[in-house]
Formats: sequence, structure tokens, C-alpha cells
Amino acid sequence: MGQLKSKGISLENLSLNFEEVHQGLSGAEAVEEANRCLYCYDAPCIKACPTDIDIPKFIKKIASGNLKGSATTIMSSNPVGATCARVCPTEELCEGACVLNHSTKPIVIGDLQRFATDWAIRNEQLLFKPGERNGKKIAVVGGGPAGLSAARELARFGYDVTIFEAEEKAGGLDTYGIVSFRLPQEISYWEVEQVEKMDVEIRTNTKVGEDISYEELKNNYDSIVLAIGMGSVPVLGIEGENLEGIHDAIEFVKSTKSGEITQELIGKKVVVVGAGNTAIDAATCSVRKGASNVKIVYRRTANEMTAYDFEYDFAKQDGVEFNWLTQPIRITGDDSGKVSELTCVKMELGEPGSDGRRRPVPVEGSDFTIEADAIIKAIGQTRHLSLIEHFGLEHEGGVVKVNPESRQTSNPDVYSCGDVIFGKGKGDAMVVTAAQQGKEAALAIHKRLSPAPTATA
Amino acid sequence: MADLRLNLAGIESPNPFWLASAPPTNSGYQVQRAFEAGWGGAVWKTLGDPILNVTSRFAGVSYNGQNMAGFNNIELITDRPLEVNLKEIYETKKRFPNHAIIASLMVEPSQEKWHEIVKRVEEVGVDGLELNFGCPHGMAERGMGAASGQVPELVEKQTMWVKEAAETPVIVKLTPNITDITFTAEAAVQGGADAVSMINTINSLAGVDLDTWDTVPNVAGKGAHGGYCGPAVKPIALNMVAECARHPKINVPISGMGGVSSWREAVEFMLMGATGVQVCTAAMHHGFSIVEDMKDGLNNYLDEKGISSVMDIVGKSVEKYSDWGNLDLNHQIVAKINNDVCINCNKCHIACEDTSHQCIDMLVDENGNDILRVREEDCVGCNLCSIVCPVDGAIEMIDYDNGQPPMTWNERQSAIGAAPSCDVKLVK
Ligand SMILES: Cc1cc2nc3c(=O)[nH]c(=O)nc-3n(C[C@H](O)[C@H](O)[C@H](O)COP(=O)(O)OP(=O)(O)OC[C@H]3O[C@@H](n4cnc5c(N)ncnc54)[C@H](O)[C@@H]3O)c2cc1C
Ligand SMILES: Cc1cc2nc3c(=O)[nH]c(=O)nc-3n(C[C@H](O)[C@H](O)[C@H](O)COP(=O)(O)O)c2cc1C
Ligand code: SF4
Ligand code: SF4
Ligand code: SF4
Repeated sequence: MGQLKSKGISLENLSLNFEEVHQGLSGAEAVEEANRCLYCYDAPCIKACPTDIDIPKFIKKIASGNLKGSATTIMSSNPVGATCARVCPTEELCEGACVLNHSTKPIVIGDLQRFATDWAIRNEQLLFKPGERNGKKIAVVGGGPAGLSAARELARFGYDVTIFEAEEKAGGLDTYGIVSFRLPQEISYWEVEQVEKMDVEIRTNTKVGEDISYEELKNNYDSIVLAIGMGSVPVLGIEGENLEGIHDAIEFVKSTKSGEITQELIGKKVVVVGAGNTAIDAATCSVRKGASNVKIVYRRTANEMTAYDFEYDFAKQDGVEFNWLTQPIRITGDDSGKVSELTCVKMELGEPGSDGRRRPVPVEGSDFTIEADAIIKAIGQTRHLSLIEHFGLEHEGGVVKVNPESRQTSNPDVYSCGDVIFGKGKGDAMVVTAAQQGKEAALAIHKRLSPAPTATA
Repeated sequence: MADLRLNLAGIESPNPFWLASAPPTNSGYQVQRAFEAGWGGAVWKTLGDPILNVTSRFAGVSYNGQNMAGFNNIELITDRPLEVNLKEIYETKKRFPNHAIIASLMVEPSQEKWHEIVKRVEEVGVDGLELNFGCPHGMAERGMGAASGQVPELVEKQTMWVKEAAETPVIVKLTPNITDITFTAEAAVQGGADAVSMINTINSLAGVDLDTWDTVPNVAGKGAHGGYCGPAVKPIALNMVAECARHPKINVPISGMGGVSSWREAVEFMLMGATGVQVCTAAMHHGFSIVEDMKDGLNNYLDEKGISSVMDIVGKSVEKYSDWGNLDLNHQIVAKINNDVCINCNKCHIACEDTSHQCIDMLVDENGNDILRVREEDCVGCNLCSIVCPVDGAIEMIDYDNGQPPMTWNERQSAIGAAPSCDVKLVK
């Protein structure tokens, strides 16, 4: 992600601002970089990849010109490998583990992964075939990365898989959540299509719990994978929260990925509350929608924020202002019921809390106001509690409890993976872990339903 | 999924990638690991009277930061007792009955010695024999390896001796340290060889240390010539394979080697007439797992070309390889520079200006941009500029219609009534 170039923001054509920022490697760059990889034995980069992609192997295949083989190596370990090439925090994962960190500079593994998967996308390659049908049926609830990954693996094992997806398109947050200037929708669509071509049926616009019940699934399928992710952003719990101009960050980003980019933020002042990945995405989206000033307010400091360094740098390059140790306490509106001001209090860090991070405490009398035409809430995500309870699964505050290896829930017929099992204080929810958990759930189901596992191409 | 199975003079293997006789095939442990990793065959490290080795033995030649662009060694044949090797060959063959195991052999040039060793290795179940007439150092001093491999009569006679005793196919491995390899290849065929393999290593000295003035490598301050292999030798090896493949009297299959590092070189060797390839340096650089991409890349290549069996590409380019006298003197190409892609390093200009035909002009276009333009009428189509150019697609060599009908040197000579080729043989 070192090569991000913030383009000038166009106010005439907002959709230009949402084009992918990071150019892929050219053929010459990719080959040069691929040849720089040492092809380590027992390579640490592989271990640092949550989906265990055989990195030296796929890189060697780029060097030898076997791009189909390269893409197959990647996608075989990671059914959303094209997305991950763009959105993985690689410096924390594979690239951070590259041995060349200790001698020259690490291999740009993510960019090489993108080069190979882009080739497969451009050349309309079909990389996998479904396994021979074994007559067993699996329902996958949720078509995000976790569900897609489980479905792809199950189809390879020979199961008849149906994905139930509430939205109009599958892909989950890859399709609707991660900003298009980092992850264009075509990439997510291609991955969905790869899964569909494995004879997986994807029933979109179908919300489990409303359009189809748990009982129906239970009666018609041999196992169920619950991969519904998380919900919307919770309420701030402060005065003025229902005024016009207050947005949920996830809905806000989603609106930039569904249809035209709207003009209402041009020249406006935007305040984003929170400093995680979603907050950064909401802030940079606001800049790209033409806002004249974008501020992030966060009650802790840069050290505690969960956004990655590259995201922080990216936001700064986009001109986003960061207000640390700042806690919103009240939103004020104008006469027409629109947001006009956010009142905040200054904070200081006290004793560490249960998650190990120092707890912020308010500094008395430090109230101040920030002018705001729009406020975007990005303080985490709620849980799909009612559906989890409809399934009757054990959970902890909406985090479904699973066996850490098999991903089996308290109901032996139901497995769960992805954000829906992501607990607090466990780093960041990532596409790549969702994909890995999907694979694990699929393998566990396979072991349970077909005692002699046989993987196929 | 293309069929990668190979048949070389009756020796079958699941794919065309064999390990060459060298350190990677020194023991049963290694060859079994190699077969597990996916190699189709292995030519065991040359058997013979065990020898003493020196340390150090190897030197790598780095080129612009690329390790092992070439590789140099002063290692000899196996240093393990024959009985041990035979036992391990037997065990390995038993565990991997479908993989090819070829015994590489080198003994003194005596009929009796050859008969004896052939009998012993065939008893343990090898699929074929490879006669090592190629090691350029150490053994040559004792009248073996390259010393006998450089004399066509000795090649023929020893091959004949081996054929008297052998029941499995006999491959004769040739040394490149000879002016024209087709002479010794032809001698091997005369002697009854079922196949020839090439190339063994090329006489070399990897380097000299600028501070100590010692040779690289050296043994306690003294050096001796070694054998060169690895990516740097590929063009030499490829030519030798091609020359043999197109030679009317060398009508046996060829096992090609010398600088094969990926499936791409394997395809090149096979197109140029090799029935399968052998690999040493690339395995020594990266380990046995590199064979995975060799097979996968080859398979994807064949699939993409719609070719169902790898055997179908063997020799497909041989007819395109000929003598200089058969090239069309009137065919003309010229360089064309694409200024949209050019990054203005001016390397093409200076290469042409200083060392070729002074026909690339440095100009300024109507918008004040620096551009380069080839004066086509002066361009001799040598390719130099396109070779030095660092950017893909900036220089294209395009056909230039000079209006003249095709005419080769040989046609021209016969037209003017001269001998088609001069009596003094052209250097090939
Ligand atoms: C703004 C934002 C930016 C992010 N950026 C990154 C990043 O850069 N890198 C990274 O690795 N991760 C990032 N993440 C995290 C990542 O997107 C998630 O961890 C990942 O998508 C989780 O996958 P999942 O399949 O578990 O859930 P989701 O992607 O949320 O998919 C769940 C799916 O289930 C469907 N669903 C829900 N309920 C039902 C129901 N009742 N019936 C049927 N279907 C239902 C949903 O419509 C959705 O399609 C980001 C997240 C957000 C919100
Ligand atoms: C260290 C070393 C030892 C070798 N020993 C033998 C040998 O014992 N017998 C033999 O026939 N060739 C021997 N060779 C030559 C190889 O078999 C092979 O012909 C040569 O290395 C070219 O292939 P490459 O470019 O893939 O390395 C040796 C090569 C190396 C590098
Ligand atoms: S650690 Fe780095 S150099 Fe080694 S294989 Fe992985 S990417 Fe290549
Ligand atoms: S590679 Fe092994 S045998 Fe050779 S010098 Fe190093 S440690 Fe010794
Ligand atoms: S060598 Fe290539 S890049 Fe350099 S000036 Fe010539 S055409 Fe341009």
C-alpha cells in the first residue's frame, strides 16, 4: 500500500473520485518483483497468511509466466483471494513476515497477488471444478466472504450448496462495505461468480428469519453455515441523535457503492465519530463526495485506534483532520431539524480497561463545539441478535460461540464463521480471517458428514 | 489436463522432468524426496570407483545481483561405495516403480570394466544407463569423462562395449567441451547408443578474488578449472541439442539439459528436439519443490495450445533451424520506436550510434518533446536497439518491404555459378 497516490478531488464528476486509487503492477514490475522473492523454504510469509496461501509458489509461477497456475494457487487457499490482495493489511500479515524485511525490503506480496488474480479476472478463467456430487445438501446463510468461502469449499467436496443472501447481490461487505476506491465491486462480483460456477445456488433478496425460517433450513439441509456478519452501527446514546444529517457509517459507505454518487456533501463539513477501519472509510468517502472539511473525533489517541497505519496515512493524505481524546456529548440542530453542531468534551487516558487499552476519562469543563453539516457514526457494529436467537445458538453478547477448530456452534448441525463469531478485543475483523474460517467450517462439516474426506481439484 | 508422460528410447516416466546426475541424486534419501516432490525421473549421481573430493567445490556467478546466474563446480563423481548406491537404487526403484531411475556410469576405458558395472547396476533394476563421457575435471585426468568423450573413436568403442552387455536403453551423455558436438554424438550412435544426452558442464573458472588474487573457487589457495552450468549455459546447450536434432545421422532421441530452470526452458529444449529434460542447478538453487511449477506451467501451456500430449511438441522447431547459407538475404526488418511508450533513456540511440549503424536520431517534436526516430533506410535490422531497450513495446522490429524476392546465400552462389558454400567450412 506504499504507493497510494491521492488524486485531486473532482467536484464535477464525483464518481471519478471513487475509482480505484492504487494502480496494479505492470507486467515488468511484477516479473521484476517476483524474481526478487527468494522462494524461501518453510517460508514465514505463508504462516503469516491466515489462509496459508503458498506465497513462494504463487510468486514463482508469476516469474515463470504461469499466471493461471499462480491464480489457482492463490484462489485455492483463499476463495476471496482477489479481494484480499487489495484489502488485507499486508504489513501486519504476509509482508510483515517476509524475510527481506531484515535485509532489503519486503516483497509486495499483496500487489503480486493482485497481479495474478487480475490476470485471471481479465482472462475469464474458471479455476475450479465442483467435486463429484455426494447427495448431501448444505445451506449457507450469508453470502459474504465467510459464506462464499465455506460454499466454495463444500462445492469442491461434492455438496449441493445453497447460499441465502438478504441483499440484492452477494459478496457481503466486499460488495457493499469496503470503499470502491480500494475494492471495486467487479472484484467481489468475480469471486461470487467463481462460486456460482461451482454449481452453488445463490438466493439473493432472501432474508433468513423473515423469508425463510430456521426450521425450514433444518428440515431441508444436512448442515447449516451461519455467516451473517455483523449489523449496523449502534446508537451513540447522546442527545440529538435523530436529527437529519446523521448517518450510519456502513450505510453511508454502502450508498457510495450502490448507484450514483450523490451531491449533498459538496462543500459541507463532516464529522466522523470513531477511528477504526470503518471510520477511515467513511471519512475518505466524505472527502471524495466533495466535503470541504472532514474531521475524525476519537475519544482515545492515535496509539489506541484500531485503523491500520496505512489507513491513517491514507486519510491524512486525503486531508482528514484527526481530533484525539475527543468525546461527543451532544448534537445540536438548526430550526429545520438539521445537524449544525457537535459538542464534545476533552478526554484523558486513565487506567487500562478489560481489553488492555487505557480507558479515556472526561476532563471536566473542557466542552467545546464543532460545526457540522453531517455526522457519521463509526463506533463499531451491532449483532444480529434476533436471528442468532431464532437459531437458538449459544452466544456472548451476540458473538456466536463456536468450537475454535471446527467452527461448530452449540447446535451440532450449525457451523458459524466470519464476523458473526468475531469477539471484541481480538484485533480487527478481516476478510481474510472470515475466508479461513469458512474453509475450516466446510472441512469440519465434510469430516462429519463424509467420514473419508476426499478433496478434488 | 495434458498427458505429460514421457517415453525416451523406451524409458518411461510420468513427466519429462528428470534430475540430472549430480549432487541432487547422490543418495536414495534424496532421490526419494525428489520423487515425492514430483520429479519424473532421476539420473543417479555417476557411479564408478569412488573418488576423493575436495572442499570447497562450488562457485556461483552472480550477475547484477542475481545469484547463481551461472554455477561452477570442481566436484567429481560419487564418493560413496558402489554397494551402498546399488542398495539404495534398488530400494528407491521398489518404492517408486513408475519413476525412471537411470544409472550414470563412468569407468576406465576397458571392455571388462564396462561389462562388469553394467551387469551390476542392471541387476538392481535401473530403467536405463547413462554413460558419463562428460565430466570436464578430475576424471579426465584419469582418462575418463571428458577425456574419452572428446575422442569420437573412444565414444564409439565404449558405447559398443556397453551395448554388448546392456539390456536396458543406453544414453550417452556428451561433453560440450568440443568444437562440434555432432561428431561425438554421431560416434555414440555408431556405437549403438539408444539416446544421447547433453550437455555436461563447460570448462570454466568462475572468478578471481580482487583482494587475495585467489581463484574462485579455490582449495587452500589453489584452483583448477571446473564445469559450468546453470541459466548462463542454456543458449550453448540449446544449440547443441538443436544441431544434433537436425543432423541426419543422429537419429536417436535426445535428453536435453543445461540451464533448464522452469517449464519455459523445458519447452524450448523439447521444441528443439529434446525428448524431456534434465535439471541440476535450478534444483540446487531452490530445492526439489520447483518441479511443481515446471509440471503445472507445462500443463497449462499445453492446454492453452490445445496439445494433448507433451510428446507432441518434441522437435517441432527443428525444421526451422538451418545453416546460415539458407537464410533469406533479402528479407529486411527495421526498428520502429513507439515514442508513447519510450521513457527517453536514449540507450537505443547510443547503442546504434557508437556500436551499430548510426541510424537512431534524437529529435524534438512540434510540442517540444524529446523523441527518437529510426532512419529506416539506414537501419540494418540488427535488433541491438530493441535488445538494450528497457521498456516492453518501446521498440518493435517490423518487416520492411524492399521489393526484392527471397534469395539465400546458397541460391545466390549457385545462381552465379560458384560453389554453394566455400570449401573452408563456415564456423557454425
Ligand atoms: C467499512 C468497512 C471496511 C472494512 N475494510 C476492511 C479491510 O480493508 N480489510 C479487511 O480485511 N477487512 C475489512 N473490513 C472487515 C470485513 O469486511 C469483514 O471482516 C468481512 O466482510 C466479514 O465477512 P463475513 O462474511 O463474516 O460478513 P459480511 O461481509 O458482513 O457478510 C455477511 C452477509 O450476510 C448477509 N446476511 C446478514 N443477515 C442475513 C440474513 N438474515 N439472511 C441472509 N443473509 C444475511 C449480509 O447481507 C451479508 O451479505 C471492513 C469492514 C467495514 C465495515
Ligand atoms: C556439482 C555438480 C556435480 C555434477 N556431477 C555430475 C556427475 O557426477 N555426472 C554427470 O554426468 N554430470 C554431473 N554434473 C553435470 C549435470 O548433470 C548437468 O549436466 C549440468 O549441471 C547441466 O545442467 P544444469 O544447467 O541444469 O545444472 C554435475 C553438475 C554439478 C553442478
Ligand atoms: S518470506 Fe519474502 S522472500 Fe521469502 S518466500 Fe516469502 S515473500 Fe518470498
Ligand atoms: S550447504 Fe550444507 S554441506 Fe554445504 S557448506 Fe552449507 S552446511 Fe555444509
Ligand atoms: S532504449 Fe527504449 S526507452 Fe530508451 S530511448 Fe530507446 S526506445 Fe526509448
